[in-house]
Amino acid sequence: MPLLQIDHMTHYFGGLCAVSDFNLELESGELIGIIGPNGAGKTTVFNLITGVYRATKGSILINDVELVGKTSNQITALGIARTFQNIRLFKELSVLDNVRIANYSRLNYSPLEAMLHTGRYSAEEKRISEQALELLSIFRLDGLAEERSANLPYGSQRRLEIVRALATQPKILLLDEPAAGMNPNEIIQLMDFIRWIRDQFKLTIILIEHQMRLVMGICERLKVLDFGATIAQGLPAEIRSNPKVLEAYLGEGGEE
Amino acid sequence: MDAQKTPQKNIQQPGKGQKLGVWKQYWDRFASNRWLLPVLTVAGFILSILIPQFNLVNPYIQLILMYIGINIILTTSLNLINGYMGEFSVGHAGFMAVGAYTSAVLTTIFIPTSLNPWLFPLVVLAAGVAAGLVGLLVAIPSFKTRGDYLAIVTLAFNMIVKSIIENIEAIGGPRGIPGIEKLTTLPWAFFWTALAVWVIRNFVYSNFGRGVMSIREDEIASDLMSVNTRQAKLLAFVISSFFAGIAGALFAHVLQFISPKVFDILKSTDILIMVYLGGIGSITGSILGATIFTILLEVLRPLGVWRMVLMPLVLVLLMLFRPRGIMGLREFRWFIPHYQLLATHLWRKKKEAANAPAAD
Amino acid sequence: MTYLFQQLLNAMQLGSIYALIALGYTMVYGILTMINFAHGDLFMVGAFLCFIAATFLKLPFVPTLLISMIGVALLGVVIERLAYKPLRHAPRVSAVITALGVGLFLENFTLVFSPYPQHVPELIANKTWVIAGVSISSLQIIIILLSIGLMILLDQIVRHTMVGMAMRAISWDKTIVPLMGVPLNLIISITFALGTSLGAAAGTMYSLAFPVIDPYMGIMVGWKAFISAVVGGIGNIRGAMIGGFILGGVEILVAAFMPSTYRDFVAFSLLLVLLIFRPYGILGKPRPQKV
Repeated sequence: MPLLQIDHMTHYFGGLCAVSDFNLELESGELIGIIGPNGAGKTTVFNLITGVYRATKGSILINDVELVGKTSNQITALGIARTFQNIRLFKELSVLDNVRIANYSRLNYSPLEAMLHTGRYSAEEKRISEQALELLSIFRLDGLAEERSANLPYGSQRRLEIVRALATQPKILLLDEPAAGMNPNEIIQLMDFIRWIRDQFKLTIILIEHQMRLVMGICERLKVLDFGATIAQGLPAEIRSNPKVLEAYLGEGGEE
Repeated sequence: MDAQKTPQKNIQQPGKGQKLGVWKQYWDRFASNRWLLPVLTVAGFILSILIPQFNLVNPYIQLILMYIGINIILTTSLNLINGYMGEFSVGHAGFMAVGAYTSAVLTTIFIPTSLNPWLFPLVVLAAGVAAGLVGLLVAIPSFKTRGDYLAIVTLAFNMIVKSIIENIEAIGGPRGIPGIEKLTTLPWAFFWTALAVWVIRNFVYSNFGRGVMSIREDEIASDLMSVNTRQAKLLAFVISSFFAGIAGALFAHVLQFISPKVFDILKSTDILIMVYLGGIGSITGSILGATIFTILLEVLRPLGVWRMVLMPLVLVLLMLFRPRGIMGLREFRWFIPHYQLLATHLWRKKKEAANAPAAD
Repeated sequence: MTYLFQQLLNAMQLGSIYALIALGYTMVYGILTMINFAHGDLFMVGAFLCFIAATFLKLPFVPTLLISMIGVALLGVVIERLAYKPLRHAPRVSAVITALGVGLFLENFTLVFSPYPQHVPELIANKTWVIAGVSISSLQIIIILLSIGLMILLDQIVRHTMVGMAMRAISWDKTIVPLMGVPLNLIISITFALGTSLGAAAGTMYSLAFPVIDPYMGIMVGWKAFISAVVGGIGNIRGAMIGGFILGGVEILVAAFMPSTYRDFVAFSLLLVLLIFRPYGILGKPRPQKV
């Protein structure tokens, strides 16, 4: 049984078909990529999976649980976490708070206990704080734990977004253009980094990316979107030589 | 929020700097003493019992002290929505009205006068619960509407509450309820103020509070980080309106007369001003804002009408030079729970302790 | 039936005043995404300027109206420059609180010079015609026609002039448009001048229709006009006009057929119901959130 199964997922914005008939079967531990030109509907696919938009048609199952119709926080609690194309940290909150928030669905204390600061509250706060700090230290951000997250340099903010996503304890991680704004050297580092977090946290990863080098380097399978439709899928090597893909990227009559 | 947590910088400069350094050290020692606030609170409570007992200060000042307490409750509770959650509620006086009328109806009609002093705490609690239930209703539109539109909803709520009260003859209609017994005493005012501040502080420093703050920062991201945003909004509204109701009950039993006009949009505006004067997202700010505003109004009383000209000017100037208010998004150390202040530090120590034997 | 028509006429009169004020809210909101809470009080200042011009200078209607509009427009521009402009990059709510402060200042400053309500003299000879049982006064005709005229004028300015085009462009984007050579500050000042002068015109007409004025008269009327703007879809000029007439209609009709104390209750409840079904007003569109 696949971990994530998406069947005929379709979404319209008004009359515009943003994603049409998107199908995906994802096995545990896979690392796949979704590529396509600007406006092809890649981020919309993420938004549909995570419940930001509700799919007009089709079904999304994680471990046989239907996600269509659930709220984003329920979907996150079921094990899907994501990062954002443009960084969306909680800017005025500390780095530590950014990570601790991700425990919201698994809290051990009730709101009333929170208001009275009972023993259970204290124990749980200690647990989630230490867990968050532990996670931050893996990504060498523990030194900045008390800092306002908006004060972090760009690279650290990107890492913090990943830490925050990991803190929700996901099974599937969706990375939306993780290489945005990086130079070729940093991209090579990022490739190792993504592989490493997959192995370290036993994750299944879906990646959206523009940078061909990154996608071709680490993804085991690729899907290519254009105008919301899947125009190709398969191994990176197959995609590289697919005439339809070349056409979508380079325009009609485009040459290599 | 972590402005106070930055490591103490001991800049050694000759002359004037050194003198300042000494003062700074005193200040740091004062600010970082975690027992001072509880001690002061207990002392304040004892004092609040002694003052009316032995008439230590004149009744006018006692009255002002009670108003300061009530305003602190109102400001802190509104700050939960406007500061921590980042919405713009302009109808706080509506919740206050629900509390005030609930309590006044209880003490003037239902409860025999002889029992009033004994049942007053329960009456205040009932006022809070009634206002909290109404808060639950107002929270529902906040699930879908945000920003300016939610502001309108709260405004409309305020007007509707006022209008409903005006149309119920049994509770005095537009004339209001006169002859309410003066049941709010200084100790009670102090007790409820301390409780409100403590509970809201506690809430803010829990993961529910962080959820509320993350809605202010980015609601969509918050939802995607597993925060049940509906629950968080509901909690913020209910807690906030609960305490507004309590403040309303205390207010009714100081003023001894309430009418719908007392709880109109101008009252809400006053509370808003206190919140933004003190600073959004700050308990310290709420206390400062309410205290400064209340005292300033009294101090400037000799100016007559000009007082009301001067106050808005002060507010405008403050916004121009400190757009976030006095303590916007910052907190004085005393109000941060001890563990939250030290979480990182304690974790690091624990780590070091765990690594130390391994190194041997 | 005659009664209904009579009330509809009254509704038109009140509605056109609400609509004129709502336009000021909506224009400022459209361009600065800021609720100018002082706007209701600028309406009040407009009424007082009318009172001063008519009582002390003994001017007839048209010069009075012009003095009121120009005076308030200048005041609006000065307020924007001194109080709002420095806060353009501050948190949005600071500007709103500043506006509340400015409004309170205007109210209380006026109160210093006018502790008692003032009576505005009659500027328009009051003739009343009775047509099919419905009585129409000259004042009503002037208020309704003048308001509609001003609204059409504004609509034309916004749609067909360079200034109007610049306003619409700035309401879309405040970073790029100035780079194209649009003078941002000038356009914002013009917006304030136009919006507040409409408020002053409403103030003048209101004080002729309801001749007893006091410094706090702007609060309730201001909020109601603001609600009109929201009902129509804030930021949308035609929406503000529609909203004004709807609110005026609802208020007058409720007062006509129910105890008048229910007026606010019904008006605000309708507002809530409308916001449930059309959260962004009648003509408003939600701004898409990009994820």
